[in-house]
Amino acid sequence: MSLLRLIAIARKELLHVVRDPRSLAMAIGMPMLMLLLFGYALTLDVDRVPIAVLDRSNSVLSRELISRFAGCRYFSVRLHASDYDELEKAIDKREVWMAVVLPEDFARRLDSGRNTTVQLVMDGSDANAATIALDYAEAVCDNFSERMLFEALERKGRSWLQPPIDLRARAWFNEAMKSRHFLVPGLIAVIMMILSALLTSLTVAREWERGTMERLIATPVRGSELLLGKLTPYFCIGMLDVALAVGLGEFVFKVPLRGNVLLVFGVAAVFLIGTPWLGLLISIVAKNQLMANQLAMVVTFVPSFLLSGLMFSISNMPWALQVVTYLVPARYFVSVMRGIYLKGLGVRMLGLEILLLAIFAALVAILANAAFRRKL
Amino acid sequence: MRNESAAIAIKATNLLRRFGDFVAVNGVSFEVAKGEVFGLLGPNGAGKSTIVKLLCGLLMPSGGTARVGGFDVSTQSDLAWMQIGYMSQRFSLYDDLTVEENLGFFSGIYDIPAAKRRNRMDWAIEIAGLSEHRRTLAADLAAGFKRRLALGCALMHEPMIVFLDEPTSGVDPISRRQFWDLIYELAGAGTTVFVTTHYMDEAEYCHRLALVYRGELIACGSPGSLKRDIVRDTVIEVVCDRPASALTVVQNTPGVNEAGVFGNTIHALTLEPAVVTPLLRARLVEQGFPPLKLGPTKPSLEDVFVSLIWHRDRDRPADNASQ
Repeated sequence: MSLLRLIAIARKELLHVVRDPRSLAMAIGMPMLMLLLFGYALTLDVDRVPIAVLDRSNSVLSRELISRFAGCRYFSVRLHASDYDELEKAIDKREVWMAVVLPEDFARRLDSGRNTTVQLVMDGSDANAATIALDYAEAVCDNFSERMLFEALERKGRSWLQPPIDLRARAWFNEAMKSRHFLVPGLIAVIMMILSALLTSLTVAREWERGTMERLIATPVRGSELLLGKLTPYFCIGMLDVALAVGLGEFVFKVPLRGNVLLVFGVAAVFLIGTPWLGLLISIVAKNQLMANQLAMVVTFVPSFLLSGLMFSISNMPWALQVVTYLVPARYFVSVMRGIYLKGLGVRMLGLEILLLAIFAALVAILANAAFRRKL
Repeated sequence: MRNESAAIAIKATNLLRRFGDFVAVNGVSFEVAKGEVFGLLGPNGAGKSTIVKLLCGLLMPSGGTARVGGFDVSTQSDLAWMQIGYMSQRFSLYDDLTVEENLGFFSGIYDIPAAKRRNRMDWAIEIAGLSEHRRTLAADLAAGFKRRLALGCALMHEPMIVFLDEPTSGVDPISRRQFWDLIYELAGAGTTVFVTTHYMDEAEYCHRLALVYRGELIACGSPGSLKRDIVRDTVIEVVCDRPASALTVVQNTPGVNEAGVFGNTIHALTLEPAVVTPLLRARLVEQGFPPLKLGPTKPSLEDVFVSLIWHRDRDRPADNASQ
């Protein structure tokens, strides 16, 4: 292993990136753009659900229930409908996702001490949002019922009643329960995975395509020197991207970083050794740039997004798919990043994941070196 | 014995290379002495580049051995690679790097210490005549300059042996001439130069030549000895009006093996000059091309090559059928 050769190759590789505006844009611009785009667009929160109300009772009590819907931050009343047709149209056009219908005898039945019904009509096409909105609506109605019950009891002479259970929920790690806090650290991980593998996947194939590999073989440069030299600038670019992404998380998305910043960079370094090796391996196997690019997309993009636990909880997947996720390195990095960001975990708690990332890096490095042939 | 082997830069023994069923190089053997300019001459597809790639260790031989600078290329390729400079047929430098950056890259690849690097780069830029293009991107260089830059890169580490695969293809005549001046300069300084070409005039510049045809070495020697000793045919030179039209007449004359236009004359190859000469004269007169001059002449290198190929094809017609 010669240091001079390594430097020569790393320098040359860096010049390739710097001279080519497209690869420069891909190296620096793409991860920032992806993070901004996904960070804003990809939210799992269901907030201010647009609803319509049809108050056929038109009474003090019915208006009170409606004001409870209107008053909580999960709903926003967009339409006071006068009949079902109007409701239907609004749901069809998805101006509202849900409609609350109060029957004509709503107040009458309650006043006479009987129970009554409230109809909820939901747009079920977005099942996830519908389920969450239904939970909110149930909570609003339960609360209202509870109040009614207590008031009735009070009137019957029982003064000041305490509900038997006073639930005090406290969400640890993500107190505000913002999905962005949960997504951004994971996104950083996934974007790094895709980017570094994608960038390096072109480098070896490009040398074969342009005939420069033929020239390099007839020199004393070793395969390991060539690959390591190629990897170095992409590792540095990757670390720069991590720094930018952490900055975005801090200042734009305001995601709290509870753990050690240095640990974030340390784990990122381990990860960013592995992923460019994966890109190099792809590049060696593919031998042409187009094929390498597509292969890198398939190998990194899809599994990183779907199987890393970024968006879909791994424990909810069928077991066969769960087994597959163990092969997706982004899985470990995503969970490490969340651990550091949200829970402020240290090396002791994250050791296994970091070790697995290191094993992944070593494995792809060995494979890439073995696959690289210095013959035409 | 020791002295003899020390004087040999390249030694190929029964070198064989197959690509599937196709035999690209078929049992080629030759030796190149140190400081020699050795040319490999042959038509396109004859196997010249494959031989160079075998000698440079880019391809593994299917049989036989190649020793370069005293090292077996297959088993001691690392040692051999320190000795050789290689300039491939295709431009294979980095287009998006400048002249200096390309040279700097290769000096790094060859582990040239920093103290020496400046010197070597200046030297390479000087010999390549690129002093005004130091900061020009390789992509923006004219073809001739690209070639010279490629040569400069191949020479950065002062190799004992340089392989130049078609170094002047696509280069204008003046640049070609300058290129050959450079090759002589190198040889004068003791570097062994192994060059492939399909230009006959360039072949004349070589100290020794090997003629390659269909993967086989059909003759080897200095240009002078090839013209003197190898040719079985006699060359009859015909000078007449409209030589291009007269060529058919010459070609169809019995006893003429092969004929071609050579400048403004026709060269006819024959094994029986005594019979063919009068017959040729009679035919040309009869067809309206009275020869101004008709008689034996010294063969050119092209004649030698054409003659050798003609006899090879006649002796081995099976090769034709298989190709």
